[in-house]
Amino acid sequence: MIHRLEIGLKKGVRDPRGQRVRDGAGSFLGIGIEEVSTRSVFKIKADIGRAEASKVLSEFIDPVIEEGSLSTLPAEGFDWVVTVGFRPGVTDNVGRSALASVSDVLNRHALEGEAVFTETEYFMKGRLSGDEAREVGTKLIANELIERVSVVPFSEWKRRGPDLDVPEVAEGPPPPVREMDLEVPDAELERISSAGVLSLGLDEMKAIRDHYRTSGKSAARTGRGLAPKPTDVELECIAQTWSEHCKHKIFNAVIDYEDENGKVERIESLFDTYIRRSTKEIGGRKGWLVSVFHDNAGVVRFNDSLNLVYKVETHNSPSALDPYGGAMTGIVGVNRDPFGTGRGAALLINVWGYCLGSPFYKGGLPEGLLHPRRIRDGVHKGVIDGGNQSGIPYGLGWECFDDRFIGKPLVFCGTVGAAPLKINGEPFEKKRAKPGDAIVMVGGRIGKDGIHGATFSSEELRSESPSHAVQIGDPITQKKMTDFLLEARDLGLFTCITDNGAGGLSSSVGEMSRLTGGARIDVGLAPLKYAGLAPWEILLSEAQERMTVGVPPDRIEAFMDLSARRDVESTVIGEFTDSGAFEVLHGGKHVAYLDLEFLHDGLPRMCLKARWNPPSPPDPPGRKGRDLSKALLMLLGRLNICSKEKKSRQYDHEVKGLSAVKPFVGLQCDVPSDAAVFLADYASREGIVLAYGVNPSFSDVDTYRMMASVIDEGIRKVVSVGGDPDRIAGLDNFCWPDPVQSGKTPDGLYKLAQLVRANKALYDFTTAFGVPCISGKDSMKNDSTRGGRKISIPPTVLFSTLGRIEDVSKAVTMDFKKAGDVVYAAGITRDELGGSEYYRMLAEDASRPDAVGSTAPSVDAPSAMKLYAAVHKAIMAGLVRSCHSPAKGGLAAALALAAAGGRLGCEIELDAAPAEGRMETDSILFSESNSRFVLTVAPENAAKFEKTLKGLPIGRLGRVAGARIVIMRGGKRVCEAGVAEAVESFKRTLADV
Amino acid sequence: MNAGRKVKALVMTGFGLNCEAETSHALELAGAEVHRVHLNDLLDGLRSLGEFHLLAFIGGFSFGDHLGAGTVFATRMKHRMKDELDRFIRDGKLIIGLCNGFQTMVKLGLLPGFDGDYFRRSATLAWNDSGVFRDAWVRLVATPGSPCVFTKGIGTIDLPVRHGEGRFMTAGKGVMDRILRENLAALRYADPATGKPTVEFPHNPNGSAAGIAGVCDPTGRIFGMMPHPEAHLFPFNHPQWTRKKIDGSMPGEGEGAAVFRNGVAFARENLL
Repeated sequence: MIHRLEIGLKKGVRDPRGQRVRDGAGSFLGIGIEEVSTRSVFKIKADIGRAEASKVLSEFIDPVIEEGSLSTLPAEGFDWVVTVGFRPGVTDNVGRSALASVSDVLNRHALEGEAVFTETEYFMKGRLSGDEAREVGTKLIANELIERVSVVPFSEWKRRGPDLDVPEVAEGPPPPVREMDLEVPDAELERISSAGVLSLGLDEMKAIRDHYRTSGKSAARTGRGLAPKPTDVELECIAQTWSEHCKHKIFNAVIDYEDENGKVERIESLFDTYIRRSTKEIGGRKGWLVSVFHDNAGVVRFNDSLNLVYKVETHNSPSALDPYGGAMTGIVGVNRDPFGTGRGAALLINVWGYCLGSPFYKGGLPEGLLHPRRIRDGVHKGVIDGGNQSGIPYGLGWECFDDRFIGKPLVFCGTVGAAPLKINGEPFEKKRAKPGDAIVMVGGRIGKDGIHGATFSSEELRSESPSHAVQIGDPITQKKMTDFLLEARDLGLFTCITDNGAGGLSSSVGEMSRLTGGARIDVGLAPLKYAGLAPWEILLSEAQERMTVGVPPDRIEAFMDLSARRDVESTVIGEFTDSGAFEVLHGGKHVAYLDLEFLHDGLPRMCLKARWNPPSPPDPPGRKGRDLSKALLMLLGRLNICSKEKKSRQYDHEVKGLSAVKPFVGLQCDVPSDAAVFLADYASREGIVLAYGVNPSFSDVDTYRMMASVIDEGIRKVVSVGGDPDRIAGLDNFCWPDPVQSGKTPDGLYKLAQLVRANKALYDFTTAFGVPCISGKDSMKNDSTRGGRKISIPPTVLFSTLGRIEDVSKAVTMDFKKAGDVVYAAGITRDELGGSEYYRMLAEDASRPDAVGSTAPSVDAPSAMKLYAAVHKAIMAGLVRSCHSPAKGGLAAALALAAAGGRLGCEIELDAAPAEGRMETDSILFSESNSRFVLTVAPENAAKFEKTLKGLPIGRLGRVAGARIVIMRGGKRVCEAGVAEAVESFKRTLADV
Repeated sequence: MNAGRKVKALVMTGFGLNCEAETSHALELAGAEVHRVHLNDLLDGLRSLGEFHLLAFIGGFSFGDHLGAGTVFATRMKHRMKDELDRFIRDGKLIIGLCNGFQTMVKLGLLPGFDGDYFRRSATLAWNDSGVFRDAWVRLVATPGSPCVFTKGIGTIDLPVRHGEGRFMTAGKGVMDRILRENLAALRYADPATGKPTVEFPHNPNGSAAGIAGVCDPTGRIFGMMPHPEAHLFPFNHPQWTRKKIDGSMPGEGEGAAVFRNGVAFARENLL
């Protein structure tokens, strides 16, 4: 029986949900609507009567502002009714909570199969056509990939009765397990891979075929009732394990790299040669690395009682298809990484950052791609909901804009966790399992969501990209699960844990089985959202909110009991073995028997070629005679510099009460901080410092300098707020366009050379700075070929830094504090405008987008380190009132933002800035040279400060004064702006978007 | 006074609530013995409200705020713990609700709690005027003459708000008039320039009438507020602490601590 509850606001009560649609239709789609009024619909499918439904309704309604009906509420004077609900099988989080409430109100347990389905009705008034109403429904409100949209004229809605249709999954028997014939011609092998979204290359398909030729008839297989041919379960599991996403094939490939002089160098694995080697070398010098690269997140020792755990992930492909669900899964998913590291870490801080097309993009969009503004809105909303509901504050957030991200947005989400050094007397970082320990799946149920996520994210976006690859997170189910598991952890009820992310059980159990040398699970035992899943689908499903843990037999009863009392579903699905195989059963019958050695190490190595041809983009025209005051204000308003506060304020940054330097600082809390500072707990004053560097703009010139720059940026921002330069760890997230030379990637040699150069820089500068990478991730196919047009992202690296400050009360912020304070520049300004925001602006003005200059900023690490040590000493000595590190927009933007933050002007003499050679004025103002700071110091401390930085490149630029930013050169005014004007330019661009 | 005995405070957890750590720390700073107990352990009878003197409904997203902030949680309490809760109040004990906790209390009917009826809903916390969640610091001014136990001695206080549904509304003007007349609107959003209650954004982050940020019942022992005193326990939680440090005006403790000290002190004097 289905009962329909419709709830709307009483007359005269504001309807923000409706208002948002009305405003969005006008500003985004150009469709004028007079009024939008919304209602929530709950369709309760349960064995209850009308009186009971009525009782539920009265509890669901907020009597102060709402009214409701068991059929439909009256309505008058509208023109269209647009109804949005979920497609069958899509997680309905609100429906799930509603069902819990139905049980409470009626004092009964929900029966198997009972559910609540939710919908929202939008009543629209205005002179819009049916097509326009549908456009509002599909382009503004809903995503048809996961939602159903119905549009009916109001008159028809009035005439017909209440709609009782619910999106149930048509359940059938599970499809049988298939045997896959790989003894076929090569073309057929390729077809099998492509049609099945296996993303396996021909070499890999052949390696699998060959493996089964030799081992298919082994006694171990036949004895378990398996045929010599691989089953679909086995093939899917291998494909998932071997995916680019999981095996990082390009980073582990053999690469022949030819430099600009034709010299060829063979690189055996970029990862081993540059990243791992760097960390190993630095790790020998630093005593605080605990666990790097092999677990779900990197672990460092923070102090005598705590480890910190940090991971940053990307969730690009799902966010391109369903920005809200994809991004929410990004944040909720990365939370499970520190949670699944070692014995499980508590979650402390989130970070986010997005590379997007301009929200004001006016050009054509290839079929199937969403408008960047829509992607931006959805991505923000997804991470806001996911992060806020997880009870984790964000520390850093950023956005970077370039229209090449229209093909694929980059959605970075990261999580810092904290854990005691020991859990029940054993080191936190050590997972342990013994043969016979139970394998338990904890958390949400399995559906078809997210099947092929791991293989799909290893591909470009095609028109037929599977919508199954999109999951919707439920942060509340996950919060319940993590609360329970932390309780269980501290009671010692499990000894190993990992998350079910990409690849689902196939990946989590497959990985953990290496602890004992084998595992056996029966996927028929796993709880499903609905019947009818094939065994391989259960194994690979990326349904969210699940962890897999190993529980010793003597603790399983206690574990399951606590789980039940915390309303968390846990299921024993198998046990650890030492058989050397990963065995999968379905209903007691074997459906896969995979040799662990072949599964994890049987993947043939890729051999790739790279060739570096240094590009030399011309300088843009139009520098001469430019009004530099105007240029400064324009720069402050550009997308890559302007304020992103409007969206950022919708993210919680205070929960847990540990925040000391917030994402926005200054007198009005409206200018971004260089870095975030948090306490790690309530017991000590030691602080965690988080910063980042990202700058795909420099990649158009040289990825070597891009990489050097983002490493330096991540480090100097930590130093800027008071972090110790000697205690910084890094995380590298590479996002690249496909760098493998092929018919569809004719410039693969160059793109791979860009990747090689970025890695060379990573090694050179992480070792020079002594900043080890503790975790990283690569996403290598960030291209879109929809609508016959290929759009590739510019090579992008996010370098995230995790630092430490001995006492948060010594931190400084970037904003000017007091009139009369002395302003210093530290670090050398060079003529390095290549790829700068200033050059981009000139290039755009001249409609010469490629003319971005050819001298991207370099990094002199040994000099920078001396400066960082001295600045750190000055800050710790309390000599510095504000410190800000110039990045986009150079020295001028840095001064303007520090002034805006303090709502105080300054008088500056540019010739006092340490600079190299004779430079044009615009270059001193806007060059984005690395390793620099703008600092202010109380006049009485100026001498001490100068002494602390003796012998280093610093210059006394002037002082904090008045209400204008006045920059002179040789005594002549060259660039000036009112502080209020600067604030206005900085804040206007995205104020309403 | 019973020297040596400690006020026992209950911090209820589970189902998406998430401010248990800082709220526990706040109550411990104030001298209470804090017990974090999962709602299910109370419902299962493993623990009971009767053990405690002070109950904190903490912040978070109980049940994801689906069906409206605090609604599902309130419905569960009402249908499965009503008698215990009623007894707790009648025993003269204290309840504080913070953000989601305030929303839950209002949706249970605990606030404004006129005439001893603690389960009649006559107010709500509706969506912010802006229609979106907002995290920002606000200045609050305490209402002189309020019976509220928790705001005693407080003049103004700076705290963060972090909510989407914080606009306090009542069922009819009569309820609102009585709340204002009896000084039950214990905390109000104020314009820092004037120190007066305001309805103007951003100082009033949600559009609450009369700038209402926190409400108590007529006894003053039952109190809820949208801002987060538990997120201002350290002086360097304040967004302007680097300026205050230069001016020499940085306090030794975060301003939010006073709210908990008041509650625990009252319990110590009256309930031990």
